[in-house]
Amino acid sequence: MTKTMVGNPPVSVAKASGLSPRRRAYEIGMRTLIYLAAGLVVALLIFLLSYIFYKGIPNLTWEFLTSAESVLKGVEGILPAIQNTIYVIVATLVVVLPLGVGAAIYLTEYASNHRLVTAIEYATETLAGIPSILYALVGSLIFCQTLGLGKTLIAGSMTLVIMTLPTIIRTTQESLKTVPQSYREGSLGLGAGKWHMIRTVVLPSSVDGIVTGCILAIGRIVGESAVLLYTVGMSMSMQEYFRDGLSSLMQSSGSTLTVALYVYAKERADFDLAFSVAVVLLVITLVINLAAKLVGRGLRKNER
Amino acid sequence: MQGLFFVCGFIAIVFVLLITIYLIVSGLPAIREIGLVEFLFGTRWESTNKTDPAFGILPMILTSIYGTAGAILIGVPIGFLTAVYLAKVASPKVAGVIRPVVDLLAGIPSVVYGLVGMMVLVPWIRETFHTPAGESLLAAIVVLAIMILPSIISVSETALKAVPREYEEASLALGATELETYFRVSAPAAKSGIAAAVVLGVGRAIGEAMAILMVAGNVANMPTLLSSVKFLTTGIASELSYSSGLQRQALFSIGLVLFLFIMCINVLLNVFLKRDKED
Repeated sequence: MTKTMVGNPPVSVAKASGLSPRRRAYEIGMRTLIYLAAGLVVALLIFLLSYIFYKGIPNLTWEFLTSAESVLKGVEGILPAIQNTIYVIVATLVVVLPLGVGAAIYLTEYASNHRLVTAIEYATETLAGIPSILYALVGSLIFCQTLGLGKTLIAGSMTLVIMTLPTIIRTTQESLKTVPQSYREGSLGLGAGKWHMIRTVVLPSSVDGIVTGCILAIGRIVGESAVLLYTVGMSMSMQEYFRDGLSSLMQSSGSTLTVALYVYAKERADFDLAFSVAVVLLVITLVINLAAKLVGRGLRKNER
Repeated sequence: MQGLFFVCGFIAIVFVLLITIYLIVSGLPAIREIGLVEFLFGTRWESTNKTDPAFGILPMILTSIYGTAGAILIGVPIGFLTAVYLAKVASPKVAGVIRPVVDLLAGIPSVVYGLVGMMVLVPWIRETFHTPAGESLLAAIVVLAIMILPSIISVSETALKAVPREYEEASLALGATELETYFRVSAPAAKSGIAAAVVLGVGRAIGEAMAILMVAGNVANMPTLLSSVKFLTTGIASELSYSSGLQRQALFSIGLVLFLFIMCINVLLNVFLKRDKED
């Protein structure tokens, strides 16, 4: 009975007719405000999407996506930016994934000192709360300057490792917590060692959470701009992985998609191209959100 | 194996210490050279002036505070009302459509918000208020308000949903209407969660750099609604790439000030979250 009353508009309209004028005004006014606010949020997204696609699609050619810019040929292109984005994502994940998953395993499986767990969790929260411009500042100081890496892909990736670590730790920890205690007891009871138990029982059953963490981290890296602008730089030239090898690649500077957008909009005032990059970024964001949702749904199915 | 995992876990603490120490060590020399009072309360920031440089960041501090307050003033009511709609009023089907919309807003890169702000908001302000440049505190406030909406909505929605059903049922049984129940029973019961949402929004707004770098104009004026302004974050961002010497050190001092702001906000956030858990 109460279940149908809560959250069912027709009932309250009928009820409202028997109210005093003041209460009826409150009812109608508040309801209007709620609908206005929700409508505004939806309208905002519709406006953003349609405006960006309207402005960006006309200049979004296959050539723009698949070539490097060249003044000689008069070609504009963001292929280097797309490549750099992928390189930065891969380099960051390669480092942060073992670190983050390891930290989460320590926190949920090994740690016995309550104070230490609290300290690590507090540190993780602190890292998550630090704004990206401070990461840019510290990253450019530690990696570019003190360690002498200069503005390179590797310096940027290392800074992003620190920035995305909380995301990986938190999501992995959440999914490790959902692994039933009986799995662990069963495995240990059959004579498995602790590490063997974690490797063969706990980790496989929480792989969805780790994947979700990766997707969220990728989303954060794709959307990040301040860190990349000041630790990787804004060169728009092509990287040659197959010609130069991995180490020279990581030591070169380059712009990612967000930095390319910023350069087009702010330094060159080439807004048409900036909107085209924005379309690419929005499509990536859509895909990432969708992927996170699908994996999350799989996760919930497993729990049942 | 345990040792290895311990190192992984401990590294988060190491990173925090590293960042804190680096910011303090590199931020203090400039403050010492300029003078703490002169640095914090000086109203003139002319870091590139060769003959008479001045490093007062009061305009930036005030801009960051005003900008954040403005964004909260606009963003919190809209976000809170949307959260009430999602948590209580909307049918599951409608909420299932709107929630992804909010997630998507959260995922859009900040430079994209900056770009749209630059192309839509800035010209609009220039024409409506007849100012020479539309790049202003007002533009930054609107962009920030939009950017903090998703976190305010999702955190307050979670808080509202956690209110025990019995509270609402009792209120309804006593004759209150649904909306009276939501605003006078559910919202007060979820108040620490909603406070956490507001504090989270403050943290987001005060730390945002790139989007407002594109719409705020980057002149260190004392803030008024329609003047070009420089935030703490954009003060760092606009000069980091070419600065050197004392100017560069001063940027790290700004970073230190910003870091202190963020740490205070973190402490506040933890207080509210803990209270929420205890409830």
